[in-house]
Amino acid sequence: MSQDHTPTGARRWLMSTNHKDIGTLYLILATFAAVVGGAMSWYIRLELMEPGIQYIDDFQLYNVLVTAHGFIMVFFVVMPAMIGGFGNWFIPMMIGAPDMAFPRLNNVSFWLLAAALVLLVVAALVDGGPGTGWTVYPPLSSAEFHPGMAVDFGILALHLAGASSVLGAANFITTIFNMRAPGMTLHRMPLFVWAILVTAFLLLLAIPVLAGALTMLLTDRNFGTSFFIVEGGGDPLLWQHLFWFFGHPEVYIIIIPAFGIISEIVSTFSRKPIFGYLGMAYAMASIGVVGFFVWAHHMYMTGLNVDTRAYFTAATLVIAVPTGIKIFSWLATMWGGSISFETPMLYAFGFIWLFVMGGVTGVTLANAGMDLAFHDTYFVVAHFHYVMAIAAILAMFAGFFYWIGKMSGYRYPEGLAKLQFWVFFVGVNVLFFPQHFLGMAGMPRRIPDYPDAYAGWNYVSSIGALITIAGTILFFYIVWRTFRDRVPCPANPWGVGATTLEWTVESPAPFHTFEDMPDINAKASVE
Amino acid sequence: MKKHIISSWIFSGVFALSGILFSGNAIAEEYRSSPWQMGFQTPGSESAVRIFACHDLLLYIETAIVVLVLLLMVYIVIKFNAKANPVPSKTTHNTMLEVVWTAVPILILITIAIPSLKLLYFIDKTEEPEMTLKVTGNQWYWSYTYPDQDGLEFDSIILEEDELEAGQPRLLSVDNPVVLPVNTNVRILLVSNDVIHNFAVPSLGLKLDTTPGRTNETWTNIDKPGTYYGMCSELCGVNHGFMPIQVRAVSKEDYAVWVEQAKQEFAQNGEPGSLPASGTVKIAAVISQ
Repeated sequence: MSQDHTPTGARRWLMSTNHKDIGTLYLILATFAAVVGGAMSWYIRLELMEPGIQYIDDFQLYNVLVTAHGFIMVFFVVMPAMIGGFGNWFIPMMIGAPDMAFPRLNNVSFWLLAAALVLLVVAALVDGGPGTGWTVYPPLSSAEFHPGMAVDFGILALHLAGASSVLGAANFITTIFNMRAPGMTLHRMPLFVWAILVTAFLLLLAIPVLAGALTMLLTDRNFGTSFFIVEGGGDPLLWQHLFWFFGHPEVYIIIIPAFGIISEIVSTFSRKPIFGYLGMAYAMASIGVVGFFVWAHHMYMTGLNVDTRAYFTAATLVIAVPTGIKIFSWLATMWGGSISFETPMLYAFGFIWLFVMGGVTGVTLANAGMDLAFHDTYFVVAHFHYVMAIAAILAMFAGFFYWIGKMSGYRYPEGLAKLQFWVFFVGVNVLFFPQHFLGMAGMPRRIPDYPDAYAGWNYVSSIGALITIAGTILFFYIVWRTFRDRVPCPANPWGVGATTLEWTVESPAPFHTFEDMPDINAKASVE
Repeated sequence: MKKHIISSWIFSGVFALSGILFSGNAIAEEYRSSPWQMGFQTPGSESAVRIFACHDLLLYIETAIVVLVLLLMVYIVIKFNAKANPVPSKTTHNTMLEVVWTAVPILILITIAIPSLKLLYFIDKTEEPEMTLKVTGNQWYWSYTYPDQDGLEFDSIILEEDELEAGQPRLLSVDNPVVLPVNTNVRILLVSNDVIHNFAVPSLGLKLDTTPGRTNETWTNIDKPGTYYGMCSELCGVNHGFMPIQVRAVSKEDYAVWVEQAKQEFAQNGEPGSLPASGTVKIAAVISQ
């Protein structure tokens, strides 16, 4: 123990090659970005609380807020927290590895992302900012309609974030395939490890497509090419195909790690092994595979030919099957369990509720015919916030409360945390459920003002946003209390249900996790 | 502002009520959303009727699924909490159960897919168009062209708040509504002059992008005379929220009369595709708001 080399200060945090420290850095970055991205969305909801223009009389600024909120939440909150944060912290521990396979690459991944965030902030601040939506559709994003450097900075930000993700993905894949402890076969890996493995493959295959599309957009804007410019023989729809070939797997990149976290928590607090472990693992893998063949369901209203839309309808509906398997397997894991309802488990319940709600509206939207009524309305906004965005946020809260004892060595205040769950959960439902009504009634997204008939439910939705703000502030208070009260956390605070390897080491997890190679064969199998 | 909202609710409420009381009356109906509305707008075409009906079927199925999951969760919380069930079971597999919860969703999806695909092919195009309307998206207004009427063409620009007359809804009313005859198969061609817009009229079951370099096609057949409202449904820049669509549907006779009037009124518009000076001025006014 004493011969450990533990750097301190700037050497520890700026040049870190330790998976836990890098994980912590990712979590701090994600938390910071979440406050920024969240503040943007609250500002948007404040504007939309009443009809007429209240606060944001510069509509370009409104569009920039919409755009930046999307980018920040996707690339700088959910991905860094789930994959970079919890993934870095717990993948090596869960498979019994001393660290990630490429520790220095790990460091590069993080700092590329930090640089990307700086570029994105610069993008929002120069030349009026990118008011293109996170989908960056040309021609709106072309040099003609977005002159100035804002979109270029945005492109470079995504390039760096993408490079960061690809390097991270390569690192995770290598780690998981090569550094498992003896006895930790693929079919014994905890589901969170499976989730990160599937996610890493999605990143590795999807991000390069985005990078290619971004590069084309960059050269269109600056070097006279015309991949997407009609006058030069290009096609705006090429961008949409490329973007969504990346963009649809991207939503699974966001939600599959959440599946992993929720699976661990459901099993732990039900005091039962996961039900249908293999089905769960391969459901994630098949969601990942099918996810690459459904991209044009984002493009039903672009004038795609009708047979193409029929195919994408059928293919998209197929995804309901593996996601259904996951829902039912979680319920079956709880069935017959001896469940205790600590905060992580409350969040797991909340996640399942949100995911089912967003899942069924997803079945609606999968149908090209019905999507006509919903495309680009608040129904879609409600759908993806339920199924992906807020569900992911709940999974992140779940993961935080599940693992904060292991990461910090301190227990969080349980009563306050339960209160925080209820405030946040009620808040997001009041916020997003009325948006289904708005969407059915025909309210388009991305508008700073709306016809007066939509006033009622918008007001309710904004009240929900206020409740969510209260829940968020409460969360930060809990974080502060956790670190101020310093209630020591035992190695395993969750009892017999917590069977994964991270609970076998002390809390906080030591800088070098395992003094001896863990022997999985000696332990009860995770199956 | 609050006072304004409430009074507008009351107004709309009275309006909706009068619509119910005097239905069948000569007053043309307004097809747009109403305060606290929780469902679709009143459908005004066969396409919209079918879309909404298909969604109703789905809503039953989906509600059943959500209720089932909710009941299971409630049951789990009551029966399998640590107090009620101190010793957890060891069950981790049940092949029969797993087959069922894979197969049943597949059957449900097939049940959904069949009417859904029928709907998709119905709303796609009309084989027998009786007339054609060309819609052009511009930043930030719509232009309408009637190729069958010697290229009759005009722009349709949002009315600012001080231009609204009593009863004209804010953000939905335009200076020149597009006029269409009822009970007529209208082929609609969509093009764009600049960025991607989306021509959407919820009550008619219409929504399709206008994309530069492409001509998209859809159709409608409006059931009843009335005014049908929509908004641009693809982010198209600064004034995306301020390019509404107002469709005035009239009887075939009234339509013929309107066409003759319109030809004279918009005669000065000149070559198709050219931007009238008045349009430019108005756009500038909207932007400067």
